[in-house]
Amino acid sequence: MKNLGKYFIFLGSMFRNREPFHTYIKNTLDEMITIGVDSIFIVAIISTFMGAVTTVQTAYNLISPWIQDYVVSNVVRDMTMLELSPSIIALVFAGKVGSNIASGLGTMRITEQIDALEVMGINSTSYLVLPKIVASMITFPLLVTLSMFLSIYGGFITAQLTGVISGEDYLYGIRVDFNPFIVTFALIKAVAFAFLVATVSSFRGFYTTGGALEVGQSSTKAVTSSCIAILAADYLLSQLLLT
Amino acid sequence: MIEVNNINKSFAGKQVLFDISGRFEKGRTNLIIGSSGTGKSVLLKCIVGLVTPEEGRVYFNERNFLDCDIETKTEIRREIGMLFQGGALFDSMSVEQNVMFPLNILTKMPLDEKQDRVNHCLKRVGLENVNKRMTSEISGGMKKRVGIARAIVNNSRYLFCDEPNSGLDPLTAIKIDNLIQEITTELDITTIVVTHDMNSVLEIGDNIMFMYKGRKAWEGTSEEILDADVEEVREFVYAGKFIHTIRERTS
Repeated sequence: MKNLGKYFIFLGSMFRNREPFHTYIKNTLDEMITIGVDSIFIVAIISTFMGAVTTVQTAYNLISPWIQDYVVSNVVRDMTMLELSPSIIALVFAGKVGSNIASGLGTMRITEQIDALEVMGINSTSYLVLPKIVASMITFPLLVTLSMFLSIYGGFITAQLTGVISGEDYLYGIRVDFNPFIVTFALIKAVAFAFLVATVSSFRGFYTTGGALEVGQSSTKAVTSSCIAILAADYLLSQLLLT
Repeated sequence: MIEVNNINKSFAGKQVLFDISGRFEKGRTNLIIGSSGTGKSVLLKCIVGLVTPEEGRVYFNERNFLDCDIETKTEIRREIGMLFQGGALFDSMSVEQNVMFPLNILTKMPLDEKQDRVNHCLKRVGLENVNKRMTSEISGGMKKRVGIARAIVNNSRYLFCDEPNSGLDPLTAIKIDNLIQEITTELDITTIVVTHDMNSVLEIGDNIMFMYKGRKAWEGTSEEILDADVEEVREFVYAGKFIHTIRERTS
């Protein structure tokens, strides 16, 4: 509870005594490259294989003369959009970006770089953390969109290569009974997860005390806490928006 | 001028500062000295606001720093320059970007004016033609100089140095000490240096506060410290074999 209170105070401190707006623009763009652009490769690889595996496994489980082939891609589409792309990619995002944020801020803390900012009269939470949050909330939904596309495309390639279903059936299943709200839902989840990963990891890194060992521990704690926060938020958002 | 009154600070129930009071005059190099673990750096952090004491007051030219509103605190902090023990340079930035950083954030100066100011400060600390080097590519002594340049670039009125010559060879340490003293006189600023280096004490100590086990045990100048009648001060001053031998030979 104490940590939760400290976390909310930490979030509040970002909005007090902020620097002029122009100060944040360059930092946010830099963070968008580190957080977003540098994550494209890993997201692309994971998403493509995720789609491929989902297609093969769904086809394996739906062998029945009563179920038409297009249902496989229909299931792949809904699974990808509703759960796999936003949540699995968020967990990967927590591992890659969350640990990076926590270790970066932790190192700045133990080498007194954050103290140096404070002494200069700069709001260090606002200056260092706000751009990371904004950059995450902008780039992560874009990564999720990319992931959804690549995952479905990965499934299509697998269907073509293995012949578990025909290309025509796959494309039909993707289009049939499409509810646009699942895209909205995926993007809402993406924004929420990005906020959680960026803030939880920043919080863990910002309050690092000690030396190099503690920076590593903060990084681990950041990933663990972010993953728990993602899963809890996933359940909460599903309960709120899908029922 | 900086004045501290009755500073008390404890960590996890263990008191580390006991009722510390003192005045640090403008245009003078004020030293806080003492053995390791006596609370020198904690006192310095209390003065600059990085650590909040349980009790006490800190005045920057009669402005109450600890109990003022956030705007006044920011205003005072923007008059402060600080050299940290490890330099605390931003390792993602070059030397020039480090020194220019306070100007970029805190002023609306045009770029060419900022460039001139940075070059002037780097020249003042004896560093030229290193503008584009990354902080990982320069030596420990150079890092301290860059730290000083960054501390004075925004025309600071107060300069704080935490162990400015730790990890430096004696020759470079003396150069850094002299640089701090020259800058203090030249810019007429209030400087507080935390150190346990006796060379610094004798070289630049205009006003010295000696701390022992979290308490102020003695106060005076570099001339007076050699004849101080406080046992702890004598133990500290004559702890080194070199100075001990000199003392024996001269007496």
